[in-house]
Amino acid sequence: MIRFLKYTWFQVGSFGLLLALVPLVVTNRYYLNVMIFIGIHTLLVVGLNLLMGYAGQISLGHAAFFGLGAYTSGVLTATYKLSPWPAMVIAVVLTVAVALLVGVPALKLTGYYLAMATLGFGIIVYICFKELVWLTGGPSGLVGIPKLSIGTVVLDEPRTYYYLVWAITLGAIVLSLNIVDSRVGRALRAIHDSEPAARASGIYTARLKIWVFVVSAIYASVAGSLYAHFITFISPSSFDFMFSIKLVTMVVVGGMASIWGAVFGAATLTVLPEVLAVFHDFDIVIFGLILMVVMIFMPQGLTRGALDLWEKYRLQRDVAGGSLSGG
Amino acid sequence: MMVEEMNAPLLKADNLSKSFGGIHAVRQVSFEVPTGQIKGIIGPNGAGKTTLFNLITGFYAADAGAIYFNGRTLDGLVPHQVAERGVARTFQNVELFDRMTVLENVMVGRHPKSRAGFISAAFRLSHARREENNIINKATEILNFIGLSERAASPSTSLPFGLQRVLEIGRALATDPLLLLLDEPASGLNAGETRELGRLICRIRDSGITVVLVEHDMSLTMEVCDQILVMDYGRTLAEGSPRDIQQDPEVIAAYLGDEPLA
Amino acid sequence: MDLSSQILQYVISGITNGAIYAVIALGFTIIYNSTEVINFAQGEFVMLGGMAVIALDGNGHLPLGFSFLLAVLAVTLVGIALERFTIRPAKSSNPIALIIITVGASIFLRGLAMMFWGKDSLGLRAFTGSSPIHFGGATLIPQSLWVLGVTVVVMAALQFFYKHTITGKAMRACAFNRRAAGLVGIGVNRMVMVSFALSAAIGAAAGIVIVPITLCGYDVGIMLGLKGFCAAVLGGLGSSPGSILGGFLLGVLEALGAGLISSGFKDAIAFFVLLLVLFLRPSGLLGSKEVKRF
Ligand SMILES: Nc1ncnc2c1ncn2[C@@H]1O[C@H](COP(=O)(O)OP(=O)(O)OP(=O)(O)O)[C@@H](O)[C@H]1O
Ligand SMILES: [Mg+2]
Repeated sequence: MIRFLKYTWFQVGSFGLLLALVPLVVTNRYYLNVMIFIGIHTLLVVGLNLLMGYAGQISLGHAAFFGLGAYTSGVLTATYKLSPWPAMVIAVVLTVAVALLVGVPALKLTGYYLAMATLGFGIIVYICFKELVWLTGGPSGLVGIPKLSIGTVVLDEPRTYYYLVWAITLGAIVLSLNIVDSRVGRALRAIHDSEPAARASGIYTARLKIWVFVVSAIYASVAGSLYAHFITFISPSSFDFMFSIKLVTMVVVGGMASIWGAVFGAATLTVLPEVLAVFHDFDIVIFGLILMVVMIFMPQGLTRGALDLWEKYRLQRDVAGGSLSGG
Repeated sequence: MMVEEMNAPLLKADNLSKSFGGIHAVRQVSFEVPTGQIKGIIGPNGAGKTTLFNLITGFYAADAGAIYFNGRTLDGLVPHQVAERGVARTFQNVELFDRMTVLENVMVGRHPKSRAGFISAAFRLSHARREENNIINKATEILNFIGLSERAASPSTSLPFGLQRVLEIGRALATDPLLLLLDEPASGLNAGETRELGRLICRIRDSGITVVLVEHDMSLTMEVCDQILVMDYGRTLAEGSPRDIQQDPEVIAAYLGDEPLA
Repeated sequence: MDLSSQILQYVISGITNGAIYAVIALGFTIIYNSTEVINFAQGEFVMLGGMAVIALDGNGHLPLGFSFLLAVLAVTLVGIALERFTIRPAKSSNPIALIIITVGASIFLRGLAMMFWGKDSLGLRAFTGSSPIHFGGATLIPQSLWVLGVTVVVMAALQFFYKHTITGKAMRACAFNRRAAGLVGIGVNRMVMVSFALSAAIGAAAGIVIVPITLCGYDVGIMLGLKGFCAAVLGGLGSSPGSILGGFLLGVLEALGAGLISSGFKDAIAFFVLLLVLFLRPSGLLGSKEVKRF
């Protein structure tokens, strides 16, 4: 176990170091902005992956929690002049309340029925963003959201914001890695593999599903707040059904039940539309095509195959080395 | 272990009934399982044996009747609560956690005996780390007991079928049960593996755990069980020692008649 | 207008929209019953039907009836291609993968439509006349009658197909028990393809009759598809009578809600109903009691 811990820390450490070095090399604002979006999407996808990849529960409405975070932060700071950090906390509290309200009845459902319930929830929230004009600014959006600041330092440069976003995202990654490799994480995976056996082993599956739903909603809410303070203008179209689908796709492309896969999936699907933009109106055709092809031929995601090979190799090496004693 | 109660049975089923639509899967079944014994339940396909397990473990709610375990009723409890009370079970169609290693499968069984939640796991608080170590130690101990420690790090799916059944028993043992319900643990096993399993079941009983064994394999039941309950069409057909059961004409007609003793 | 004629007016427009939802819901049901796939590209069939008929009608001087048939045929081919090139090669039966595949297909078709026909909403002349019919203080445009008429024809034709043709009977067998159907020699793959063809054809027909009322753009498919989907769940996923009932009910509820409560939240009503049904009675109004577990 000690060895495994070190191993995780090594992964996180080297990834963090790499991220820290990026702004020293990349000074182009556009690229930094893309990197910030990757960070925000990674935060979302790591959370959603806990729900989908580990616990095996689908959500087609996660854009709603992202939007709740963004709009709560946006409205409280732009309209009511609250300072951003407390606003972010209020956003999380509100998101938790909504997640409980929806999660308690929805997570009694499975498969397509759960997919439909979360889809319906996501669209209702989206319509609220659009129609509660007095609160949200309606379809034309909410303007004047302030930049974040730490103490007296305003994070208005892409580079400083980059560090903030990635520090938070990396923190979230560490927390997720810890959760996954724990009593709770095993219980989540148990639900996915066999719910009857999980229940017979003393796992209160109904409650655990709700908790992981709430945790993933918290991740999404924080990502939403970071997003709002980054672009300082939000409109409902960023939180629509297609965005929920995009998040699910990021999880699946990265490979379910893999935290690093989630990072990869988020990066790929954030960069892809940017690359495809050179095709102008062609881009969504190609995007659709890629979604289909990847899912038809690699339903386990792009990284899963490679990871499987690596796991196999590692196991063989461990067996050969006789290091089975664990902790 | 528990302080031995006088002669109160560990498990007591009282007039249990359960039907699905028109099918009376279990009708008015009553029986007792004394502490420290191995109780066998046999009966032809569809006799209601698995349904009985599902009633005891809270997967189904009984239509009528009651179940008492360790002096308290199990009425209204859901599966994880039954597990917390000390009833563990295996499934007729092996239900392992396929994406976990052998060790992890057993570690899941420690769930009801540990506490760490999301927060203490996420921040690796010291009590969670200590608890995790205890879980690993206990799981390793159980793997030793069931003879699977060599395979601790293998994916559970890589085990041969017979060992998957053994692993499932290990996971159940990890909950520190007072009562262990085994649903056809020998099905799909060859003669050697079945004998091995019989020895394991006796060792489990010797460690103080009461066992209920649903089984088709007569040789195993006759050999290890102290008492046998015979079910047919949801009803109790006979109850008694293996020897009595073997000689019961009704049992021979209903059950052994079409599946002769090997 | 007084309240009662106002309500009558809402009900009329609700029934018109509801007919379209019912047909889309039927499309979902046909495919779901033969494959257990929820086809998120269903709405695109409706959009393609509408766009195709506009293109055909605008280009030549074809009779409208001929354009109608040609458009339905074209979309049917799209449906067959969708099955052949996406659903069949995807051996996976994992709902998540299938959802993403059909969503990918829907994005793809939408993108193609945008490239061909641009981003503007286009209209089509009414099938017959446009002078409204008055009754009971409400008005009814002739095209609404066309919508209802075509819906009834579609339903009758489906009914006939299922009850009286060999292929239709075979499809019902597949829906009932796929494995058993395969064992008695029914070509399950072909049935799946037929279900996509049928579902595309009726979706296209719905798209065509509604264009003169609502206009059509490359992006109308998503919302229509999702509403049809709500209707299917409301009626009971997998039940054809349920789909029809769900469609009309949803159309009327939506029109009443939009008229009496708030038009901005019109779209939310369908999804609110969806949640209520899922939380209170997941099997829907006419579905079998037992919710299928996946
Ligand atoms: N969830 C259920 N829904 C409907 N019928 C059920 C259900 N569970 C069991 N049954 C029916 O109840 C009867 C008893 O089934 P059960 O599984 O308890 O038999 P069993 O004795 O375990 O048989 P086997 O030896 O085949 O495992 C059977 O007729 C079965 O079809
Ligand atoms: Mg059984």
